[in-house]
Amino acid sequence: MHYLITILPSLLAGLKMTLGVFALTLIGSLPFGILVAVLQRSPVALLRGVLNGYITIMRGTPLLLQIVFVYYGLSLANLVTLPRFEAAVVTFILNYTAYFAEIFRGGLQAIPSGQIAGAKVLGFNRWQTLWYVTLPQVVKTVMPSVGNEVINLVKDTSLVYVIGLGDLMRAGNIAVARDVTLVPYLAVGALYLLLTILLTVLMRYVEKRLNYYQ
Amino acid sequence: MLTIKNLSKQYNGKVIFKDLNVTVADGQILTVVGPSGIGKTTFLRVLAGLTKADAGEISLNQHPLLLNENRTGAEVGVIFQDFNLFPQYTVFENITLAPRIVARQHRRVYQPQAEELLAQLHLTEQRDFYPFQLSGGQKQRTAIARALAMQPGVLAYDEPTSGLDETTTQQVVTVIKQLQQQGVTQIVVTHDRPFADQLSGAVLDFGTDVVR
Ligand SMILES: Nc1ncnc2c1ncn2[C@@H]1O[C@H](COP(=O)(O)OP(=O)(O)O)[C@@H](O)[C@H]1O
Ligand SMILES: [Mg+2]
Repeated sequence: MHYLITILPSLLAGLKMTLGVFALTLIGSLPFGILVAVLQRSPVALLRGVLNGYITIMRGTPLLLQIVFVYYGLSLANLVTLPRFEAAVVTFILNYTAYFAEIFRGGLQAIPSGQIAGAKVLGFNRWQTLWYVTLPQVVKTVMPSVGNEVINLVKDTSLVYVIGLGDLMRAGNIAVARDVTLVPYLAVGALYLLLTILLTVLMRYVEKRLNYYQ
Repeated sequence: MLTIKNLSKQYNGKVIFKDLNVTVADGQILTVVGPSGIGKTTFLRVLAGLTKADAGEISLNQHPLLLNENRTGAEVGVIFQDFNLFPQYTVFENITLAPRIVARQHRRVYQPQAEELLAQLHLTEQRDFYPFQLSGGQKQRTAIARALAMQPGVLAYDEPTSGLDETTTQQVVTVIKQLQQQGVTQIVVTHDRPFADQLSGAVLDFGTDVVR
């Protein structure tokens, strides 16, 4: 118990970093995911092709590789050198945007065409139809899948340790190596678990709130 | 006055209608009848700008309507066969959304107008209901109120009695006749001949009057 209290400050500092990557990724990738899903319905074939390629690459290669590539690769190629935190957040946003885009694309496809026709004859333009008619319905239908990705994201943030970012996972690693005990890992696991349980409860609540209509 | 001139439409080489000419005077009812699959819904969708016409002209009060997907505005109000109400909004919100967002009306304008439509269509008690909580007839009347809120030049119905029982069908007849009294121009697409007869409007029979 006493040992736990001594390592707690470093674990909490790591947790702060983990939450930072998590929150910024969500704030960035949710709106971009919606935007990419909408643009995938564009009449411009080139745009659709580019977006499809982007999604295929992001979903078809390991996130770990993407992080290493953005942090070390771009700098080795003399393109840009991003600081660790920025590199991690940019990569996570790029990766999660692709997953969210796929989810929202499916949701948009599932909207009956009559909803769009109904809006059109009332004079709604495309963006008004999206914002007021289709998107609210999509949000409701995709909420369970979005919830899954949010939980995955919490766990995926631990991958940032490869570029030496001081997240929760790294704080645990350091304590384990220094003190030769597995207790820090147990504490780290408990913190991740606490986080995912809290988020699960929150997502359930949001789903319930969106269930006011059928 | 609604004027349709030489309107033509085909799907993959199959002529649905050709050189169709119709006029509907203000406050008149035109019933469009004919068996299933003959092209009535296609005609309504072309009128509403939802389906592109191959040729022809449509004008509403001397003002031409675009006959392709670039049509904007709400001159042709449509009551769809399955209503297409917005499920996430209440009856009141369904009625006021377009006046608020599209016509950018102030609450002082759209609210009393919506309350009036609710009263006229016997929906006051359902004001805060969601579409899934409504009966077929109530959904139908909500769709009518929603279209009327944008003051369309013509109101077009697709099979308004499908799925309704006899009592509700009679209510639809009453509503359509009331709107006629108020000067609303209406086009009623239906394969229900007895219902069409009750409306005693001009008849366009797709089975016999249309060139293919
Ligand atoms: N989008 C479409 N593409 C091809 N054919 C269509 C399409 N919509 C309708 N049709 C055809 O046009 C004909 C008329 O259909 P419709 O207008 O729905 O008839 P009605 O409303 O009188 O029952 C039918 O043969 C139908 O299969
Ligand atoms: Mg039909």
